[in-house]
Amino acid sequence: MNLSIPMALVWFAAPDPAPSGPRLILLHPVDMAIVAIYFLMVLGIGFYLKRYTKSGEDFFLAGREMTAWVAGLSFISANLGALELMGWAAASYQYGILATHWYWIGAIPAILFLGLVMMPFYYISKTHSVPGYLQLRYGESTRALSAISFAFMTVLMSGINMYAMALVMKVVLGWNIHFSIWVSSLTVAVYVALGGLFSAIFNEVLQFFLIWLGALLIPILGLVETGGWSGLVARIHQNFPQGDYTHLWRDLGHFADNPMGIHWTGIVLGLGWVISFGYWNTDFLVVQRIFAAKDIRAAKMAPIIGSYFKMAVPFIVILPGLLGLGLLPFKLFPERALGLGQHSYNEVLPLMLARYCGPGLLGLGITALIAGFMSGMAGNVSAFATVWTYDLYRPFLRKNASDGHYLSMGRWCTILGVVVSIGTAYLVKQFGSIMDYVQALFSFFIAPLFGTVLLGMMWKRVTAAGGFWGLLAGSVSSVAMFLLVKFDHRMLAYVALSSDAKDMAEDMYRALWSWLICVIVTVAVSYFTKPRPVEELTGLVYGCTELPSEGHLPLWKRPIFWAAISAALFLILQWIFW
Amino acid sequence: MSKDHHMIPVWFFVGVILLIYGLIILGTGIYEFSSPPPTVLASTHPAVWWGALLTVIGGLYVYLFKPKKS
Repeated sequence: MNLSIPMALVWFAAPDPAPSGPRLILLHPVDMAIVAIYFLMVLGIGFYLKRYTKSGEDFFLAGREMTAWVAGLSFISANLGALELMGWAAASYQYGILATHWYWIGAIPAILFLGLVMMPFYYISKTHSVPGYLQLRYGESTRALSAISFAFMTVLMSGINMYAMALVMKVVLGWNIHFSIWVSSLTVAVYVALGGLFSAIFNEVLQFFLIWLGALLIPILGLVETGGWSGLVARIHQNFPQGDYTHLWRDLGHFADNPMGIHWTGIVLGLGWVISFGYWNTDFLVVQRIFAAKDIRAAKMAPIIGSYFKMAVPFIVILPGLLGLGLLPFKLFPERALGLGQHSYNEVLPLMLARYCGPGLLGLGITALIAGFMSGMAGNVSAFATVWTYDLYRPFLRKNASDGHYLSMGRWCTILGVVVSIGTAYLVKQFGSIMDYVQALFSFFIAPLFGTVLLGMMWKRVTAAGGFWGLLAGSVSSVAMFLLVKFDHRMLAYVALSSDAKDMAEDMYRALWSWLICVIVTVAVSYFTKPRPVEELTGLVYGCTELPSEGHLPLWKRPIFWAAISAALFLILQWIFW
Repeated sequence: MSKDHHMIPVWFFVGVILLIYGLIILGTGIYEFSSPPPTVLASTHPAVWWGALLTVIGGLYVYLFKPKKS
């Protein structure tokens, strides 16, 4: 799952995905050479790391020997997919700086919470995955429910991302859609199958640098052209005098006052609390990177390091969209309303890339987009392989096989995951509207899952039955709310608290209600069922677990110190862009 | 970053690719003095200074993290 997917969905809503005009960017031989070198490098890393991938722990957890920096950069890179770059640049053109909420309040508090509170338990329990933690805390039925949903959704989303990326390559570069799908996905399959999580993490760190260095020139040159931030704001006001595109919080007092159609409660409680904490703390796609940390301090520091980079991502994602508002001599339109020769919101990043980057730099920028896509896909398939092998295959299909057998299963599962993803990509091509439902399916699961994991970690009274029924009730109620609004739009006023609410706002409130329902059902069922003895909860629940002390470390080496600075920076940014 | 095996650090790979890219982009930027691209702010020669930056960062990473002979 990726928090940015809703924005990217507009690609699929188009009645005709063909480009409306000539291709946006023409690559020179030097650009093609840069792209080719990238492919050779990631494959070379995969072949090199195969020799170090000898056990299941190597393949699925990268031997648990990553430093905080490597795990932290990989953690952010797995989330920083190409759709993240393109989708949120488009969103910032459409909604202005409001899109930054998904990077700041929609990420930073949750990431810091992961580092300081959740990670010690994941790490101490020595589990291989988030469903694995649920098994230890609640038993097999909750694990199975969580693992099946996650495996199904991960592989589906991987295919959907793949198709979206191929479509981007077709529209932007004029590349054949089948060529893009097969070459990029098979490359991911080869390097992940060879080196497992080792290879995925190595390449994600590489991709992290390429994404940043490929995309950073746009905001730098853009700010030079506008004469800085104040010049950019002046140009946006000149081009769009009606809307306010440069304030984060000022216009969130009422649903109708801002282009996103959202109220501040939806941003704070729906996004900032439920969706963000659910995604960053329980989605195994990103959390798996931290599981690979070499010790508990590295596991705590990795997300905290990641939080600083996440806070900076709007500079390469949101700012290009705002620069498009201020600098482009023509307006961009939604995909559905595109006329002949017009450009869509989604093309803002490639348009800005083409505006500033000549040969060579253009190749680097395109490599950044491809790297983003591949890091996201590698994250999906490596997480899928782990959850399938450890949480479905081993407990339910073949219990006592050798470690070599599970390693081999992980490798084949990676290939299988990619093949199924390719199939999904073609399925989406045939049935574009499937996207809405798939995205909704993800949101059905992630919000209640956070309730289940949080209660499990914080409260020893929660029982196995409480966890299972709470998770199920949260997911079912989320589906019910989605269908209610789908079939009777008047219900929006109840689900999202206003008939002015847009899709994004509806997602936020639906997540909030499903989380609340999960928590209430979990608590109620737990009071009627017998809790586990406290001694069985050691290493799984606060109050029953002795956490390693950091008192002997100097202040500047303690995770809490760096988390406090990150939190302070986050608050200062809210104040500056209020 | 490996405990008991001599794995080449990931930073070395980062350095290699940045160094290669830096040299290619720097070379392209130098060529563009005689044939500037039709981009905005081409007069600031972004390919030259960005290519130089990548070359320096890449070179530094390669030097600092090059595999040691055991």
